[in-house]
Amino acid sequence: MKVDLYEKIWMWGVGVMLALFFTSTAVAAVRDSLQPPSHVETIDPTRVMADARFRTPGVSVDAAGHVQVRIVGMTFAWLPADITVPAATPVTIRVTSMDVVHGFEIVRTDGQTMVLPGYVSQFTTTFDAGEYLITCNEYCGVGHHTMAAKLHAVPRAQWHAPAVAASTPTQILAQGGSHDRR
Amino acid sequence: MTAASARRLVEASTAAGAASAAGESTRRLTIANVWVAVIAFTVATAMAVMQAMSRANLDLPGRSPRMYYLSVTAHGVLMALVFTTFFIMALGWAVVRQDAGAMKWPRASWIAFWAAVAGVAMTTWAILTHRASVLYTFYPPLQAHPAFYIGLTIVVVASLEWAVSMVATWLELRRTKPEQPVSLAMHATTANAMLWMLCTLGVASEMIFQLIPWSLGWVKTIDPLLARTLFWYFGHPLVYFWILPAYTIWYTVLPRQAGGYLFSDRLGRMVFALFLVLSTPVGFHHQFQDPGISAGWKLFHTFNTMVISFPSLVTAFTICASLEVAGRLHGGKGLLGWIGTLPWGNPLVSCSLCAMLLFLVGGFGGSINAAYSLNSVVHNTAWVQGHFHLTVGSAAALTYMGAMYWMVPRLRGVSLQYRPLAQVQPYLWMLGMSFFSFPNHITGLMGLPRRVYDATYGGAPQAQMWSELTAISAAGGIIVFTSALCFVLSMGKTLLIKSDGIQREPLVWAEPLEGDAAGLTMWDRLGRWWVLAAVLVVIAYAIPLFDIFSMTRFGSPGFKPY
Repeated sequence: MKVDLYEKIWMWGVGVMLALFFTSTAVAAVRDSLQPPSHVETIDPTRVMADARFRTPGVSVDAAGHVQVRIVGMTFAWLPADITVPAATPVTIRVTSMDVVHGFEIVRTDGQTMVLPGYVSQFTTTFDAGEYLITCNEYCGVGHHTMAAKLHAVPRAQWHAPAVAASTPTQILAQGGSHDRR
Repeated sequence: MTAASARRLVEASTAAGAASAAGESTRRLTIANVWVAVIAFTVATAMAVMQAMSRANLDLPGRSPRMYYLSVTAHGVLMALVFTTFFIMALGWAVVRQDAGAMKWPRASWIAFWAAVAGVAMTTWAILTHRASVLYTFYPPLQAHPAFYIGLTIVVVASLEWAVSMVATWLELRRTKPEQPVSLAMHATTANAMLWMLCTLGVASEMIFQLIPWSLGWVKTIDPLLARTLFWYFGHPLVYFWILPAYTIWYTVLPRQAGGYLFSDRLGRMVFALFLVLSTPVGFHHQFQDPGISAGWKLFHTFNTMVISFPSLVTAFTICASLEVAGRLHGGKGLLGWIGTLPWGNPLVSCSLCAMLLFLVGGFGGSINAAYSLNSVVHNTAWVQGHFHLTVGSAAALTYMGAMYWMVPRLRGVSLQYRPLAQVQPYLWMLGMSFFSFPNHITGLMGLPRRVYDATYGGAPQAQMWSELTAISAAGGIIVFTSALCFVLSMGKTLLIKSDGIQREPLVWAEPLEGDAAGLTMWDRLGRWWVLAAVLVVIAYAIPLFDIFSMTRFGSPGFKPY
């Protein structure tokens, strides 16, 4: 097949560009572990509140000193709705849904994951000190735009590991932890 | 005249009569499909303007979250699924009529058409009566009325009749003239039909094995991950199903309308064959943020996605070169002088050119969406709606409108009505879409989620930073709406008026610069590329699907929080 010289040059140029794109992506993925959240773990979505993994949503520190946040998504709230974590510290976020698909997004960071009922999403990230807005970025129903939470990242020195969380999701709800259902 | 020769004569004329009757039926079917496309477009446009007003926070009567999410669903389904599919079928029938004289199975194809119309009516009824505010992606366990799913399934099955008919016509043309390639338009249409037959397998399985039985209450629960995986197996090739007809117009109609020649027919054939091969094994780039799918398979789909930009970039060269040929034939001189001499007042040409300019931006944005780790910054933000209003909403939709301005008058034997509106319409669209899309890209980077009725988040400081830009995008939406009205007025009247004495004209394809292609190349053998496509699909999906099935999974009951 006869191909015009300029078009040949163009095609080679495109090939080189795509090779660069892919190499940079692959190197970042393998060397820097820069990967989308791809955790594989299942859970019974009808019994999230009874499941030991999510019975007490909120922040905790495990035996190795690792900070973990357990969050439950439901129409139209994240539980808990107010989260405080240490800044400049790796924080592992674990999220699941009690009902429909939600999108957990920490605004102006790359921290986000889809939240599917029946599955546990998980990713680890580090925050600069500050206050963050958490939204739902997957349509979940008529109150989708009201589904939000706050996350505060405070300097490590000012942060205190919470005592073992005492409240159950039902109690948090009763205390008005959910958002207005507009 | 002997009795035998008289009989032969009669037979011959009856055969010709039958052929022309079938040809006439094909012409009518083409117009019928255009009608549905234009009506769907009109309703969907009204839905869009409501969303634009909502975005500007104008408190109009009847504005409510419920209406907003209904309108998002109606806009998505009627534009992305109905307007596109019916226009694409219209174009396919027009190509078949031009190249083969008539469709192969008029009766079956008309039945399929009316079935598809009934399917659209069912789905639209469910949406407009608040029974299906689940958006056009209908992710379970959000649950819609069964009519929503059944209607859409009927549309898909009916469109498969169209696809099979396209391939059958292609096979017949290949059989009757084995040494001569079919026209590039037929080649492209066939590749698209084959792509459609391969990818609708995903959504059909999701509908038939998951959504329909679950919405009818025959099964209690559904696995959202499996549903999403089947949906996106279909959902990304769907975007190529939209864009290939636009490419078909750019390769086979635009060069001639611009007054020149197609720069390379052979590379065009390569491009469509490559799209057939690569369009399907890429769906995970819509599921980067999903749990339950391992990172390695997401990376594999990323690689395939990057390769598929190769045929698009080859297209960019070939089409620009064809336009340069046309511009120089019109007397354009110097490095860029040929641009000004193009016929910018011809609606098909200006629609295509505006579509391409917007696609240039949309295409690069798309490679960011698909770039694995970068996706975490933009996924499900306003960036995404900014992106696809440049791609499907401009590159595809605007080219379709141009194609209708070109095709409908020729098929109906009328002149294009309100021609000045059709001439100004593409420029208004480009202006409006620029104002709409660019701010959406920026607010997306600033974290604004897509599809929210109200983006104030209780006055959160992060949310306040979006508000000026969302107002600009709302203004852009109003400009696009004005453009859409121009299209509806011009095309509506062109479809309605009686023939004004102008002869119907054949659709004439652009001639290649190198002369007509003689002899087949490897790119003409679409059947082989189809097999390769199927093999790639198996490689890309077999193990991830096996992984999903071998997990201990818990299904979800349905929810209707709308």
